[in-house]
Amino acid sequence: MGLRERAAPAGGVFHAHAQVMDAEDLRRAVTRIAHEVVERNHGLRGVVLVGLQTGGVPLARRLAEALADVEGAEAPVGSLDVAFYRDDIGLRPVMPEAVTSIPFDLTGKVVVLVDDVLFTGRTVRAALDALNDYGRPRAVQLAVMVDRGHRELPIRPDYVGKNLPTRRDEVVDVRADGVDVGEVRRG
Amino acid sequence: MTATHLLSVADLGADGITEVLDVSDSFVEVSERPIPKVPALRGKTVVSLFYEDSTRTRLSFETAARRLSADVMNFAVRGSSAAKGESLRDTVQTIDAMGVDAIVVRHSSAGAPRQVAAWVGASVINGGDGWHEHPTQALLDCYTIRKARGPLDGMRIAILGDIKHSRVARSNVLAFTMLGAEVTLVAPPTLMPPSLDGWPVAASHDLDDVLPKADVVYVLRLQKERQSEALLPSLREYTQTYGLTRDRAGRLADDALVMHPGPMNRGVEIAAEVADLPCSVVTRQVANGVAVRMAVLFLLLGSGRQGLDGADPADA
Repeated sequence: MGLRERAAPAGGVFHAHAQVMDAEDLRRAVTRIAHEVVERNHGLRGVVLVGLQTGGVPLARRLAEALADVEGAEAPVGSLDVAFYRDDIGLRPVMPEAVTSIPFDLTGKVVVLVDDVLFTGRTVRAALDALNDYGRPRAVQLAVMVDRGHRELPIRPDYVGKNLPTRRDEVVDVRADGVDVGEVRRG
Repeated sequence: MTATHLLSVADLGADGITEVLDVSDSFVEVSERPIPKVPALRGKTVVSLFYEDSTRTRLSFETAARRLSADVMNFAVRGSSAAKGESLRDTVQTIDAMGVDAIVVRHSSAGAPRQVAAWVGASVINGGDGWHEHPTQALLDCYTIRKARGPLDGMRIAILGDIKHSRVARSNVLAFTMLGAEVTLVAPPTLMPPSLDGWPVAASHDLDDVLPKADVVYVLRLQKERQSEALLPSLREYTQTYGLTRDRAGRLADDALVMHPGPMNRGVEIAAEVADLPCSVVTRQVANGVAVRMAVLFLLLGSGRQGLDGADPADA
């Protein structure tokens, strides 16, 4: 959720301290995760990808492309905005980022949730609730590019691009061409 | 949190309207799901307080609130203490004291919702007040046009019928013009407001001149009492001069939209078969109404916003 945290809740500007992955690192991580998804699910039968708005959506598309290269099969890609399922509605400004699009039935499928950064786990908790309203998946797996720790709920990823120890007040920014860690300076 | 209200389209501004329409897209998607319900307003209570009869607005608000998981209380004036002569102020303060989060008010007196807003801690939403305003109708109309035809900027919209007594017309003139549409009011002289000073609109008494140039024809309901008030010679003459008949609908541009806020008097202001033509988006207006009211309730009660004027909360 690096991008969303960068903009919210009180504004400010992101300042990078260090680059922790470059474009090649990202590409290799996506390719490795694609191999792991195929291995774990014995192929791609019944596997669908759902990217979390906003950072998980481009990653889900990249992962689908990598899966097509690895396995020669297409996995459907949807996108999910969890704003209406968040547990901090009323505590801070919560707005939908984009319209959810899951143009396929999830019942009986293996859903791979894709997000850029795993932090407290609260976004994933909201996503699990949201998925329920679209059907009953056979299983839900979680793929993230960066696991930065500081979990507040019993949630763990199945596929990780990079484990990155962070301070709670740091911000991780995942872009198409790399991953930065830094801080948001207010106003 | 300071309570915020939706009393007039004017309070929103163009940015505020656009934000409501953008968020409505998300709620249209929610409404199309197998389970069209989200937990966003769990624990919130929405009261509908209707001093005038209404089917679609009240049902639409209550459906919207339920799809957001809010609790809904319905205050029917008939059978209530208001029927025993309790004042509006005592009634709303009693409701407010029960700890509600939003009150949707419909009242025959213009300005009643603004007055209620001054008396209570809850958010107040104007569900129609006298001849004054009906802001959520205007929002759902803007949404319906934008979804069917794209941005309203530069669009030519004709509002046809009893402009003088219509809160829908007042709210829609504000909303359509704020979004950049060119609005022409079409009505007999007796059903035009006495003055159009300050309204950024054109006026016409000649429907057949306006129709071929319109991108949208917005037909207002004609209240049949207007005839007994001697504002109309006869309903039949009104239909001949100002009704959207089959013949007239045939002279509309190919991609023009026909809209009506309901309830329709088929055969009076709009011909029965015109209401069912593909260019008529009347049922889409109703469907979109639920999503737009979900957006309004969410923005007021759930988003952490301090208002509906489109301001970024980060700047607050």
